[in-house]
Formats: sequence, C-alpha cells, structure tokens
Amino acid sequence: MATLQIRQALGRALREEMIRDPGVFLMGEEVAHYNGAYKVSQGLLDEFGDDRVVDTPISEGGFSGLGIGAAMAGMRPVIEFMTWNFSLVAYDQLINGAAKIYQMSAGQYHVPIVFRGPNGIAENLGSQHNTAVDSIYAHFPGLKVVTYCDAHDACGLLKSAIRDDNPVIFLENEMTYGLKGELPDHEYLVPLGSAKVRRTGTDLTVISWGKQVFNAESAANQLEQDGISAEVIDLRSLRPLDHETIFKSVVKTGRCVILHEGYVFAGVGAEIAARVQEACFDWLQAPILRVTNRDVNQPYATGLEQLVVPSADRVVEAARRVLGLAVPADNRLDP
Amino acid sequence: MTAPVRHDHDVQPAPKDRLLLVKDPLAPVSTDDLLALHRKMMLLRRVEELAAKAYTQRKIRGFCHLYIGQESVAVGAAAATADDYWITSYRDHGHAMAKGTSPRAVMAELFGRSTGASGGQGGSMHIFDKSVRFMGGYGIVGGHVPLANGVAWAARARGEDRVCVCFFGDGAANQGAFFEALCLAALYKLPVVFICENNWYAMGTPLHRQSAITDMSLRARGVGMTREQLDGWDVEHVRQRVAAARQHALSGAGPVLLEIVTYRYRGHSMSDPAKYRPKGELAQQQKGRDPIQLTARRLQADHGITEQSLAQTKADVDAVAQDAWDFALHSPEPDPATLYDHVYAPQQTSLAADTDLGQTPSKNQDA
Ligand SMILES: Cc1ncc(C[n+]2csc(CCOP(=O)(O)OP(=O)(O)O)c2C)c(N)n1
Ligand SMILES: [Mg+2]
Repeated sequence: MATLQIRQALGRALREEMIRDPGVFLMGEEVAHYNGAYKVSQGLLDEFGDDRVVDTPISEGGFSGLGIGAAMAGMRPVIEFMTWNFSLVAYDQLINGAAKIYQMSAGQYHVPIVFRGPNGIAENLGSQHNTAVDSIYAHFPGLKVVTYCDAHDACGLLKSAIRDDNPVIFLENEMTYGLKGELPDHEYLVPLGSAKVRRTGTDLTVISWGKQVFNAESAANQLEQDGISAEVIDLRSLRPLDHETIFKSVVKTGRCVILHEGYVFAGVGAEIAARVQEACFDWLQAPILRVTNRDVNQPYATGLEQLVVPSADRVVEAARRVLGLAVPADNRLDP
Repeated sequence: MTAPVRHDHDVQPAPKDRLLLVKDPLAPVSTDDLLALHRKMMLLRRVEELAAKAYTQRKIRGFCHLYIGQESVAVGAAAATADDYWITSYRDHGHAMAKGTSPRAVMAELFGRSTGASGGQGGSMHIFDKSVRFMGGYGIVGGHVPLANGVAWAARARGEDRVCVCFFGDGAANQGAFFEALCLAALYKLPVVFICENNWYAMGTPLHRQSAITDMSLRARGVGMTREQLDGWDVEHVRQRVAAARQHALSGAGPVLLEIVTYRYRGHSMSDPAKYRPKGELAQQQKGRDPIQLTARRLQADHGITEQSLAQTKADVDAVAQDAWDFALHSPEPDPATLYDHVYAPQQTSLAADTDLGQTPSKNQDA
C-alpha cells in the first residue's frame, strides 16, 4: 500500500498510462514547466519531455480543439483545464466537437480524449471560479462524465478514462487535492459507470458524488446518533449512470436524498430523481429531496458563501423531512 | 533558474511580414493532368447543380450550401495534397469529391441514405470519409479550425510526411476559434495549411462589412505565421501555391495561411436568393473568371484539345453525376435499428490492469 494525496494519485494514473501508451500526452496551461497549477503533473515533464507534457497559451478553445483533432487522428490526449470554469470558453469544442464527431461521421472517427481539471465549489473565489459543470456536460450523449471522492478512485477512474475510446469529462476538486488515501502498489483500474456504496443503511439512501460524498457521510454519522440508518452512494460516474446500484438501494430504503454541487434547477439530481421515480415509484415512501447550492451565484464573503453551499446539516434536515421527522420550523433561505 | 535574460520579451519593432517564399514547386501539369483537373471541376459543378435540383424537389432537406464557382480551390488544392489530411466547413460537397469521395457517396449523404459517406447521420454539412483522409465538414463557423492543429500534431508525432489542410470561409476568419488556432499552430510550428476561401460573402454580409481589412491573409501577421493572398480562379496556380505552402509547412518552418480569392455563384445556401449582390457582379465574375471556362480556354489554346472533346467530357461528367443521383435515390434509408449505433464507440482498448510498474506483478480490477 502507498499513501498518496489525490494530486499524486492522479499523477500516478497519468504516469502509468503515459508509460503504457505512447499516444497519451498531457496538454494544458502550466502543466509542464510549472508542474501543474495544482501540481497534478509534478515530475511528468522531466520524465516524458515536452513532446508529451505540453504547456499551452491561455487558449482553452484552441487546445481543446487540438486535442480533439489529435484524438481523431489516433492519439489519446489528456487536456487539463486549470479549472472547469474556463472550459466554458471551449464549450463549443467539447459539445459540438468531441460529443458529436463519432456519430456525425457514422463511426468513422472516434474521439478518445480526457478533459480534466478541478470542478465546482472552492473557497472564497467568488462567482466566476466556483461553477459546477456536471449537469451541462452530463446533458449530452456522446460524452462520459466521471468524478471521484478519494485517492483510490481518483487514480483508478482516471486510468479507465484515459483508456476509454470516447471523450470523458473528468471532474476533480481543488479543495481535496491534498487529501490522502491508500492505493495498492499494483496496478488497478476502476471501471466507468459503477457507483460505490460507501456505507450501507436501511432507512434512506443518500446519493452524491465528488467531494460532497464527505458531507453525505458526515450527515449519515449525525443521523446515526438519532438511530437513523442512511445508505451512502458515491455515483463516481454521472454518464453512464449506474442505475442498478441506485435502484437497488432505493427499493430497499424507500427514501432518497440527492446531494450535489451546482444548482437544483435542471441539475443532475433532477435527472436522478426522475429516473428513480420512474423505476421505483411503488417502493417510494416519500418525495425525493435534493440538497444543492442555493439558487444564487456564489458570493465571496465567507458567511454568505457558507449559506450557499450544501452542508451536512442540510442533508440531515432533508433526511428528517423524507422520514417525516421534526425539522426546524422554517427555512427562510429556500426561496 | 539560470536561463539567460531574453531581450525579445522587451519592446519590439512591428512584427515582420512572413510571406510565403517557396517558389512554385511542382512541374507544370501535363495535358492529361489538366484535362483531369478540368473534368473534376466540371464534376463538382454538375453534382452541385443536381443537388440544387434535388433540393427544390425536397429530396435533399435542411441546409444545403453549394460550391458552384469555387471549384478551382478544392480541385487545385487536392492536386497538391492528395495524400494529406483535410478538414473543412459545411460547404463541403466539393471538397469531399475533390479529395476522392465518390459522387455517389456524397449524393447519397445529401439524400440522407444509409449508403452516404456518413451513413445518413451527417447530412450536407457533415460529410466524412476516413478512407481518403477527409476528416469532415463542420457546421459551427470556425469551430473546426482548431481541430486541424491536432490532426497535424498527430501526423508529426508519428513521423508522417503529411500536412493537415484546413478550409474555411472569409467569415470564419473573424471567429475566436480561428484566431486561437492560428496562434497555437504558429507557436508549435505545426504542419498545417490553412486555406481561407474568400468568396466575398459570409451569408449576406460582404467582406468589407465584416472586417476592417479585406486582405484576410494579414490575420497571420500578428501571430508570426507565413501567409499569401492569391487569386483562386486558375486551378493550376492554386495547385502550385498550395504545394508551396505544403512544402513550407512540412519543412518544419511552421504553418501557412493562404487566402484564396474566389467567388460564390449561388446564394449562401439553397434558401438564399442572394438579392444583396450588386447588379452585374455575378455576370462579371462568370464572364471573366469562371475557373472551368478558364481551363477550357487553356486546354484549347495551349494543349490542342478540341471543343468536341470538351463536349464529350461534359457528357461523361453529366452521366457520372446522374448516376450519383440514381444511386442515391435507390439507396435505402438508414435502418431505424441503427439509431443508437454511433453514440459511443465500442471499447477496443484494453481496460485490464496489465502494466508492469516494476512493483508487484498482481493484476486487479476493483469493481
Ligand atoms: C458560430 C456560427 N455562427 C453563425 C452561423 C450561421 N452561419 C452559417 S454559414 C455563415 C457564414 C459564413 O461565411 P464564410 O465563413 O465566409 O463561409 P462561406 O459560407 O462563405 O463558405 C453563418 C453566419 C454558424 N453556422 N455558426
Ligand atoms: Mg464566405
């Protein structure tokens, strides 16, 4: 076993895949000489040289498109966005390009590419550096969307993403790059499309992904104090979605809370709730509730910011509601 | 860090203009070659004329952008880059055929048939043909230009002697993606030949109302790229200058932006009657500079080809185009059962842990 930070686990995945396949190369802003804005690519330039670890100008649309063309022509690029907020200037490349080329060409050109970088909520970064892009990429057929919460899955999922023969949106998180976890010494992969039951329970299912899984677990701990048994699922993939694990759990518990970053309106949670009610209507004992960012852009000041982002307390409250238990009188924050 | 202090980070004189200095690299075309180029241009035009007819009969639906008038650009470029990669915009029927896609596959795609180049999934704007390295037509103006860099990147990484030729319009040269692509191509010295087909209009907006400069090749100057603006009416000239650009790009000297001036005879698409054009403009172009008439005159004057033989070529080409129409018309529509076939590529790459990391040999797959 090795104890690695998430950034190191991601770096290990990159390194292993670059050794394995000479077609894999890493490209993005500050990935080479600076060793990555968040040091995920530490040491890779020295090991692989600047043909395979490539610094770019600030040109997200330009280098995303370059990656897509290279993937069509037989390479396996990994494109790093310094954060996913900046992918919005490359959105056309990812949606009209990466997601659609395989089908537009009737299968003549596939696009094996990974776009990766930190996503979602950080701290005190204000409105433009806090976007959770999950739903705006998960919306489109042709893309896969993947995320992890711990170092083990970070490494195993990134390896699968790089080997996948389709474009993969790989969502990391700035706040957890330093979080340590245990990785086996031998090589392993975590398959895309498989959720993980992090904690088993019987009274309700809490579905989450990315770093919000930790809020789900902390809520489950609090609920346990009151004798409530929550099952916690880490989705790991938003597309493809592991329906089986979700439905099995909800059929068992009859109650479901979905927790994620980003917004409730047309968020991924809305999609999961819709699918759960279609498949598990007869087993549901209560409406499905969602805990997400409040419906407002991210403010800078710490006190305001804390009101916006999801928390374990809000998950506990939602859990008590779906269980029909007493909750604080009214919550003025939800419009 | 002990890197020397760089003086080129300081205030600089205006960037120097890098004109394409490579002289015409190819031997002049033989009579047979010129006949072949002429025939190809006629074929492109005839297929487009039939496409227009099919469109009015509602056999072709959606958007349909014709290439009539511009044939010398794609055909001349193909004569210089037959084995290279191509990528282009939605005005792609002519490019696909110039590159080697059969008129049947193009027409069947326009008709939305399973025998089309893109199996009926693409349509007029998205013709793909991997067998001739035709990497597609794209519908977002300028959006495909960055892809050319990646294609060239891969070709260079594999040590191929190939460039990527990227076509786009004068309108696309105002798009952000175009500018980013130019910057990156020049920075990485990629083997790309960018071809801006200046056909005087972006939809209904003439060049001088879209851009403060009307020599679009000047877009290269600020990014340090080699450039040339040239007339596109003469297919032989296009062939030579694209060959020169190809040679420059493959030599490692970096990409080239060619602006090839041409003219669009029809409206922007089938739904555009092009009423915004000054009276007489089209007639003037057709009379003086039509690329097909230009080669026809040259074949007669300099190569001893008779009018009769040119008429025979026309008849042959008409038959090939008609055959494409018949083929498309009698081809099956895509099978509904194939609807989801191309959303995701089937996994061909191994997902098994198999790398020897120089650590323990065991192989695991976490579920
Ligand atoms: C991003 C984007 N904006 C607008 C359009 C609509 N549109 C399609 S073609 C076109 C004009 C493009 O002109 P040009 O680049 O000169 O190419 P041409 O049609 O002349 O070949 C426009 C505005 C589009 N397809 N994509
Ligand atoms: Mg134009």
